[in-house]
Amino acid sequence: MASNNLQPALPLAQRGGDLLRNVLGPFLALVFVVGVFTIADNLQTDGGRFATLKNAQNVLVQSATVAVAALGMTMIIISAGIDLSAGTTMALCATVLAWFLRENYSPAVSVAAALGTGCLAGFCNGTLISRLRVVPFIVTLGTMTIYLGLAKIIGNNTMVRPFPAQVPEWMRELLSPRVQHEWMLFAPGVWLVLLLAIIVSAVLRYTVFGRHVFAIGSNESTARLCGINVWVTRIAVYTIAGFFVGVAGLFQFSRLTVGDPTSGTGKELPIIAAVVIGGGSLSGGRGSILGTLTGALIMQVISSGCTALRQPNPIQEIIIGSIIIAAVTVDQIRQRRQTA
Amino acid sequence: MPGVLLRMSDVSKSFGATRALGGVSLEARGGEVLALIGENGAGKSTLMKILSGAIAPDGGQMELAGLPYAPSGPQAARRAGVAMIYQELNLAPHLSAVENVMLGEELSNFGVVRIGAQRQRVRQALELLGRHDLPIDIPVGDLSVADQQVVEIVRALAIEAKVIVFDEPTSSLTQHDVECLFRVIEKLKRSGIAIIYISHFLEEVRRIADRYTVLRDGSAAGSGELAGVSESQIIALMVGRSVDELFPSVAHTPGEVILSLDALTGPVAPRDVSFELRRGEILGVAGLVGAGRTELLRCLLALDPVRSGTVRVAGTIPRATPRARIRAGLGLVSEDRKGEGLAQRESIADNVTYSRLGPYSRLGWLNLRRRRTAVQHWMNQLSVKARSPEQQVEHLSGGNQQKVALARVLHQDADVLLLDEPTRGIDVGTKAEIYRLMAALAAEGKAIIFVSSYFSELLSVCDRVAVMARGRVREIRPADQWTSSSILSCALGVEPAL
Repeated sequence: MASNNLQPALPLAQRGGDLLRNVLGPFLALVFVVGVFTIADNLQTDGGRFATLKNAQNVLVQSATVAVAALGMTMIIISAGIDLSAGTTMALCATVLAWFLRENYSPAVSVAAALGTGCLAGFCNGTLISRLRVVPFIVTLGTMTIYLGLAKIIGNNTMVRPFPAQVPEWMRELLSPRVQHEWMLFAPGVWLVLLLAIIVSAVLRYTVFGRHVFAIGSNESTARLCGINVWVTRIAVYTIAGFFVGVAGLFQFSRLTVGDPTSGTGKELPIIAAVVIGGGSLSGGRGSILGTLTGALIMQVISSGCTALRQPNPIQEIIIGSIIIAAVTVDQIRQRRQTA
Repeated sequence: MPGVLLRMSDVSKSFGATRALGGVSLEARGGEVLALIGENGAGKSTLMKILSGAIAPDGGQMELAGLPYAPSGPQAARRAGVAMIYQELNLAPHLSAVENVMLGEELSNFGVVRIGAQRQRVRQALELLGRHDLPIDIPVGDLSVADQQVVEIVRALAIEAKVIVFDEPTSSLTQHDVECLFRVIEKLKRSGIAIIYISHFLEEVRRIADRYTVLRDGSAAGSGELAGVSESQIIALMVGRSVDELFPSVAHTPGEVILSLDALTGPVAPRDVSFELRRGEILGVAGLVGAGRTELLRCLLALDPVRSGTVRVAGTIPRATPRARIRAGLGLVSEDRKGEGLAQRESIADNVTYSRLGPYSRLGWLNLRRRRTAVQHWMNQLSVKARSPEQQVEHLSGGNQQKVALARVLHQDADVLLLDEPTRGIDVGTKAEIYRLMAALAAEGKAIIFVSSYFSELLSVCDRVAVMARGRVREIRPADQWTSSSILSCALGVEPAL
């Protein structure tokens, strides 16, 4: 037993290595991006708008929607899956929420309906993938369009617009850039994302379910060999991810105060990009919540920084695209060096 | 005495901290077949990669036909006259034999391929090998594996190879094709080419080779004329200890029946397999590739669908899902460590405990510290060499990975261990440890099904040996009533040919 007392020293260093690899990389990139824009902004004659608390509040609020949906996407990608329907599901949830509010249901019921819709959409994705044995890319490519169609049916092919009186105050304030109470520092939605992120992170690391998610993504055959119920786990992953997409739908509605069935089209890409920039691997088994949040922030910081520097939209898009490729390339080089 | 065509002296190579080769010397003579023998991991493939220019040695010299030889890459090695014929053939399946042979060496006038001259060249080479019947204009993908191998040999002749290396050439051939290959090799010998023949089938080596070099743990353990050397002498050279030391004898006596199969039938294999296994018993399963041995184990764990028949574990019939079978007390160590056996990117702790996380979880939440301690215990038990339980499995050696896979079935406390080629691709020291572990487990009352392609280990470790062919169990006998050759002929389904 004496040897056991000596043991923890090494694993701690090892764990430090993992931390460095999985989290610090994207985090340094974020610090770098913030640094570059701060300097560039201050070099402008009328600069000084970038590195301010107000802008930080803005960036966090603007990235919250992508970030919360990316929490679920992280779990999916760790399990070696993908969800292309996340964008249209989000719009579907927002539309459902708007419809329930407009039909005079209580806010609680409306929110429950929206989150339930997200879970159900995810459950369907997971079930189709598991039972039909079709790859996630194709299944969710299909459901992406199906959910768009459903949202349009609910919205009667147009936006669902509840009366202002029907939208409760707290729902408007959820992602308001201006904070009601000084002590809150950031909008309530931002804090909600942080809370959910901590929960998901803990679930991935400290639960049997979390270990199984990694096992499936890392090597599905091994998972089967070990008696892990692969399809139940996979359906659970997609259902939970659907829940987070539902929260993203709530966020989206809170910012637009309308339910727009088409507003989610293409939104799955920044969600996936956040995970990938944060170190998630599309071949599964790798990804972290902290990395994903960092990835979502990097994209928003770039777009906010470009605005501060008065760079047009196309430039932002080119930079973000390059960052995605660079992030994955750097990650692969690092991995290759490790295995060599 | 024919002249030495290839001389490798004191060749060494290290990968990081691992020394793959520590000063190996060998000589190949024109008109002779040199057998290169060694266990997996002895350094054969590293040595051949150096010879073929795929990797550069750290030290030592090579000489080819009296000239210094230091190829800068595979292409340079071919130009110099060293040709390799691998287990997996390197042909372009849609091209014809002629096109494959001349690929990269096309005869041409101002960029126009001289088709006639090329055909002529290929025909001559086939004539030399006594295989003028081989069609040279159809896509080689339509030829049999054996004929494709001949095309590879012709390719070696087309570049006027001085040395041809055969790497396990018979592993995917039928008995008849092996005979043809041996005749071709005889012809090559007569034309003065030096041949290096790599194989672990000792019977085959004795037939075809003139001399041998045995590699063990990256060094040459011995070499000489094959005539007058006994098989057990070569095995002793390969494993570095006498056969008695390698296979420990731990007394174990069979107890009550723990597993019984009744007409178990899977999708293709197994077919109609019935037998009983007792506690404390080690049942070996022999057979050729494709005989259905792996499928039998997969069906037992319900990884493959069960078509019909029953599996009874300790008197009850568990449901046909891996989970239920594991609960009932079965545990499988896969033959494919990378693809199936282990989640390579995950930690040792994860891999050991995937099949049984229950003891460390409360309401689904894990106590990682308790799990660490338990995994550390199993790592000590099996002497897994790793920095910590948190280390990723992919950075471990093959032998240590196998121990992690074994630790999993021990950790889940399986009563019946299904071990599929557990000693493949690991060093001799670890093999001996695994044999000892198996015997000890049997003595504790565990039952083991041991699938292996090495007849000698089956005969030495098992109480009974079953031989499979085409999905069926052809025969089960106590181990002492089998010999290597009777197993082989039973597996082939013929009377001994030699």
